[in-house]
Amino acid sequence: MGDPVTLIAKWLEGLLAGWGLAEGPTAVVMNLIGVIMIVVFVMIMDVFLVWVERKVVARFQDRFGPNRLGPFGLIQPIADVIKMLIKENIYPQGIDRFIYNLAPLFGLFPVLLLWAVIPISPTTIGTDINVAVLYLVACGAFISLGIIMAGWASNNKYALLGAFREVAQMISYEIPMVISLLIPVILARSMELNQIIQSQNIWYIVAAPLAALVFLISSIAELGRAPFDIAEGESELIAGFHIEYTGMKFGMFYAGELLHALTVGGIFSSLFLGGWRGIGAMTYPIVGTFWFFIKAYFIYWVIMWVKYSLPRIRIDQMLNLNWKFFTPLSLVLLMVTAVLDKLLTGVPMLIYFGVMLAANILIGWGTVLILRKTRKKEAPRVAEPKPIARPDGAPPIPAITPATTSQS
Amino acid sequence: MTPLQIIFLLVAAISLGGAVMVVTRQNLVHAALWLILVLFGVAVTFVLLNAGFLAMAQVVIYIGAIAILMIFTIMLTRKVAKDTDEQLNSNWWGAGIISLLLFGGVILMLFQWQNFQFNLPNLNPSVDPLLQLGEGLVSPNAFLLPFEIASVLLVAALIGAIMVARERK
Amino acid sequence: MIPLSWYLIFAAALFSIGLFGVLARKNAIAILMGIELMLNSVNINLVAFWRYLSPEMITGQVFAIIVFAVAAAEVAVGLALIISVYRRKSTIVAEDIDMLKF
Repeated sequence: MGDPVTLIAKWLEGLLAGWGLAEGPTAVVMNLIGVIMIVVFVMIMDVFLVWVERKVVARFQDRFGPNRLGPFGLIQPIADVIKMLIKENIYPQGIDRFIYNLAPLFGLFPVLLLWAVIPISPTTIGTDINVAVLYLVACGAFISLGIIMAGWASNNKYALLGAFREVAQMISYEIPMVISLLIPVILARSMELNQIIQSQNIWYIVAAPLAALVFLISSIAELGRAPFDIAEGESELIAGFHIEYTGMKFGMFYAGELLHALTVGGIFSSLFLGGWRGIGAMTYPIVGTFWFFIKAYFIYWVIMWVKYSLPRIRIDQMLNLNWKFFTPLSLVLLMVTAVLDKLLTGVPMLIYFGVMLAANILIGWGTVLILRKTRKKEAPRVAEPKPIARPDGAPPIPAITPATTSQS
Repeated sequence: MTPLQIIFLLVAAISLGGAVMVVTRQNLVHAALWLILVLFGVAVTFVLLNAGFLAMAQVVIYIGAIAILMIFTIMLTRKVAKDTDEQLNSNWWGAGIISLLLFGGVILMLFQWQNFQFNLPNLNPSVDPLLQLGEGLVSPNAFLLPFEIASVLLVAALIGAIMVARERK
Repeated sequence: MIPLSWYLIFAAALFSIGLFGVLARKNAIAILMGIELMLNSVNINLVAFWRYLSPEMITGQVFAIIVFAVAAAEVAVGLALIISVYRRKSTIVAEDIDMLKF
């Protein structure tokens, strides 16, 4: 009722049945059309994400961004795509040609696969499988596979090092990400994304703000975006794993990365911000699409905000943050949520959410206290002078005082 | 032949071909990539068997962790894993004979078994296998103890792996 | 419908190929890959038996999950051992690792 997507699907089904197609082939054709529709829609959005990203970063850096081609520079991304398509295809020496060509595919298609389970509106969802949350994690496995294939096949030390760093980071940050994914699953008692959204009468970010934070930050690390972009640190590795790729093959990695950021926004909004829920979404499902993309683009903007505001972290900071902070914190959150959920069976929803929020605030407070203590302990150690690599027999470096630094 | 049968035969053929590549390729990174294809084929087989959870777990654990870890190790020990070296040892024909004998023996034994041509029973639609699995893993009446022992094993393996691979000063 | 026998033959073939890999390969990592193939074929068998013979009980799937855990543990320790051996002997060819012989 009032939902154009269902109407069109019904009409198409009737049309195919009218042509004398049996039930089985009709379902296959309908699924095929659905797949093509969602891929085309997402890819067209992906082209304009380039424009969004460049405009936003320009504003963060006090510039205008693309503004020459078309209104607000809107035709710029299409020009970019044409440029990428007509660039020369370079094959470096000593590459593993088949894997080299296969890797860019793995940069993009796992991200498209993710859209199969994300509900865009109450009625528009690729497939509502009962292990959707696990499916989201499984697609991440293919992304890391593509990165390591690109790094290895390029026959380039920078590419290999970048791929090693990126994959190590992805595998380690998968742990807090998966654990914090489990918390909405506990709250909704389901792994179906549509079920999770439907049970969010109050957004889960109220009941699990810390889990949402852990999920967002570990997703940014999974994306390999700044501040977690040590894998492509320009000053060390030039470009990371895609250093040897040109033209559209590089474009696939780039498109995959941009689309993945928006997809993370979509996943986050489905899990913690109520997905398509909003005013009028229940009666007119198409309005849900609007709400979904508003939320997804907001999270995408937050990811860009973080990217363009924070400096890159070092690899030891990256590992410490994950193993000594996020993993224990998410484990504690999971245990507390599970126990409270069991204790609070049957209480009114407001009390349930209130207790969950209070527990989160308590845990957050405790975490801050522990962090302060650690900082007091670590500060003198970090401030100690570090050994400097020097040739044997070189004269010792004079201690730096404020006066000498100001002269030099 | 139903479409499902065609899908199964395709997946089985691709997986078995991939498995042969895994055990015969000289370049170990290629072998690992073929291994990933086989693992994915097994995941598809799980889907055909209505075990969606296991299929996803297969992709996450085997492809996302185990295979990637193997590729890492191959690259870290690359000096000896040269593509030009002979990768099969001198007794490979013996190994081939043993494998063929085992395969023949297993098939021969399976054909003696009266349930061999067993057809697919219908799943009870009122029971969700995923829910049943989740409850089974944490219920004391079902599989709580094996599950806990598996977790202890994983922790032991984690600590053991770190201790073994750590560089001693 | 796919009969049970197809799955069993598929698993048996996969197991035999894995066994060949374990017996015939020189490189320790390649041997581990063969073991992974064998474990996977066992998993196919377990899940197929669950689906065809006792779909009302969940035992087959639980067994498969335990096999996952054991495989993960085995690979973690195995690869750590391989790296450790590589550091000492700078080889991972299984025939050359003979430190226990004298």
